[in-house]
Amino acid sequence: MSDTADTREKLVEAKGLYKHYALKSDKLFAKKRYLKAVDGVSFDIYKGEFFGVVGESGCGKSTTAKLVLDMEHPTKGSVLFKGKEVGKLKPKEWRAIRLDMQMIFQDTLGALDPYMCVGKQIQEPLEIHNIGDPKKRKQMVLDILDAVSLKPIFYDRYPHELSGGQRQRIVLARALIVKPQLLVCDEPISALDVSIQAQVVNLFKRIHKELNLTFMFISHDLRIVKHVCNRIIVMYLGRVVEEAESDELFANTLHPYSQALISAVPSLTPDSQAKRIMLHGDPPNPIDLPKGCRFASRCPKCTPRCLEAEPELVDMGNNHKVACFLVTDK
Amino acid sequence: MHLKYFLMKTLRALLTSLLLVVFVFFVLGITWDPAQSMLPDDATEEDMVEFRAMWGLDKPLIEQFWVYCKNFVHGDFGQSYKDGRDVFEIISQRLPKTVWLMGMSIIFSIIFGLPLGIYAALHRNSFGDRFVMGAAVFGFSMPNFFLGIMFILLFSMKLHWLPSAGSDTWLHLLMPMITIGLSRMGSYARYTRSAMLNVLSKQYCITAKAKGASRKRMVYLHALPNAAIPIVTVIGTSIGHMVGGGVVIENVFAWPGIGRLLVTSVAVRDLPVVQAIVIILGLSMVLANLLVDFTYGLLDPRIRVTAGDK
Repeated sequence: MSDTADTREKLVEAKGLYKHYALKSDKLFAKKRYLKAVDGVSFDIYKGEFFGVVGESGCGKSTTAKLVLDMEHPTKGSVLFKGKEVGKLKPKEWRAIRLDMQMIFQDTLGALDPYMCVGKQIQEPLEIHNIGDPKKRKQMVLDILDAVSLKPIFYDRYPHELSGGQRQRIVLARALIVKPQLLVCDEPISALDVSIQAQVVNLFKRIHKELNLTFMFISHDLRIVKHVCNRIIVMYLGRVVEEAESDELFANTLHPYSQALISAVPSLTPDSQAKRIMLHGDPPNPIDLPKGCRFASRCPKCTPRCLEAEPELVDMGNNHKVACFLVTDK
Repeated sequence: MHLKYFLMKTLRALLTSLLLVVFVFFVLGITWDPAQSMLPDDATEEDMVEFRAMWGLDKPLIEQFWVYCKNFVHGDFGQSYKDGRDVFEIISQRLPKTVWLMGMSIIFSIIFGLPLGIYAALHRNSFGDRFVMGAAVFGFSMPNFFLGIMFILLFSMKLHWLPSAGSDTWLHLLMPMITIGLSRMGSYARYTRSAMLNVLSKQYCITAKAKGASRKRMVYLHALPNAAIPIVTVIGTSIGHMVGGGVVIENVFAWPGIGRLLVTSVAVRDLPVVQAIVIILGLSMVLANLLVDFTYGLLDPRIRVTAGDK
């Protein structure tokens, strides 16, 4: 590991996170079964970083985000925010760090209260935390609307009167108004049209630069992740399978799953399109996981050993970690 | 924008009221011959003709209707066949009693039903939730005349705490109010719970919580206004049933309201009184629906706008 990584300040440290949901059983005395949404995930997010989380649906990306935000409590493990464990904060401290971590979601219509004009909703965090007086608050809202390129007339609009891109900017404004340090974005642009996606992504990039914000950016869209993120983790069925700097990951992909994901990204220049790796079948059920590597059932390079034991995340140098026997045992 | 919505709704309500009056008048007029039911069995044909001429029943139905409408607009509902008293006067004595009983029981069920529903939603699947919902099902499944009789047995006959009949004091109000209120309370609590649960799972409520908003703020500012539409609908419907819903209970507790008047008037075939009561019952339903529509318009910004677009 290089020295620069250690000197950077860690904003978030996720340590061995597990989140298991107990399932309702139809039999009275049956053994309790669990859905393992997140099953041993560790990572650090450094200050000022654009940190990406990728993986297919159901791999535990959103649950991981909720755990970081302390909207769900981990079954095991802990999340440290600025060195303090968020799950163990006193109510007053907990309320205080709400200002430092903000979130935006995919479904912008669901994220906004349909009965409240958007200006009031942007203003709400200020009211909750008693920042400024009414007059100053309104001015702050108008300033932040300007920052996300919306005109002041939007203050009195209701969510249903706005387009998806405008709503996403409103949600972003609501998150930014308290000047957070960490912004967690859960699939923030998947629901938008491609033309709008570009606008919003560039808005994210601009804000990242101007406000020196730390992003945790969750997406299944590798093109966008490649475009914006510094460092990426790839998740599969509740575990991290690969972690690397963005350029390194795309140039030197180690895990077979990441290789398959990246090969699926359509290229704009037809000649450069590498051979696409097709994955067959569905991921195993996260309730009854098979023994061994969770990816083994779909892995094109599966060996007998992969069916026996589960690989751990191993540092291969250059801040590149991977969980695959084929790579780590060489 | 708003004005058009309210105007449309009012016009529609007026039209419904007109249809109601027409329907009630003709159905009762065709199916019911007052001369036969009011006069004794041994009345002669001449007596009948005389009776019909006296009340204007010998004229064609259309003409009778015209006269009825003219009088109706002037607040004249005709005279009771039984004792010749003015129907308007009879009803205006009884109506306030019913409105009083029903109004109080609705207020009673709102005061208890809504908070219980909110509590159950916030503590979903807890023991408290299960208990409240169990009690709610019990409340609205129990036939209220049976509950009323049980109350009379216990509090009047056995314990002698409360009077079993009449409407003179607050103590008289208590038992009928609670009997009607319990079943309403149960349905309010259930509707409130499901409406709240629906809203609480929305992302804007989760976001509010994640932003550090207190539970009180989240419930009052975001959840309740958004959950209000189904709750307003249920309460509105029970206001509509206010006048008619007490027929059984008013008889159980000998409460001198409209419901009791309806039963006695039907028993003696007093057409003008029955006609007026049925129309009033219908009008109260129409009015309640109009109020519900107005409340929707005030509550929901989406309705305000679509009304303007149309």
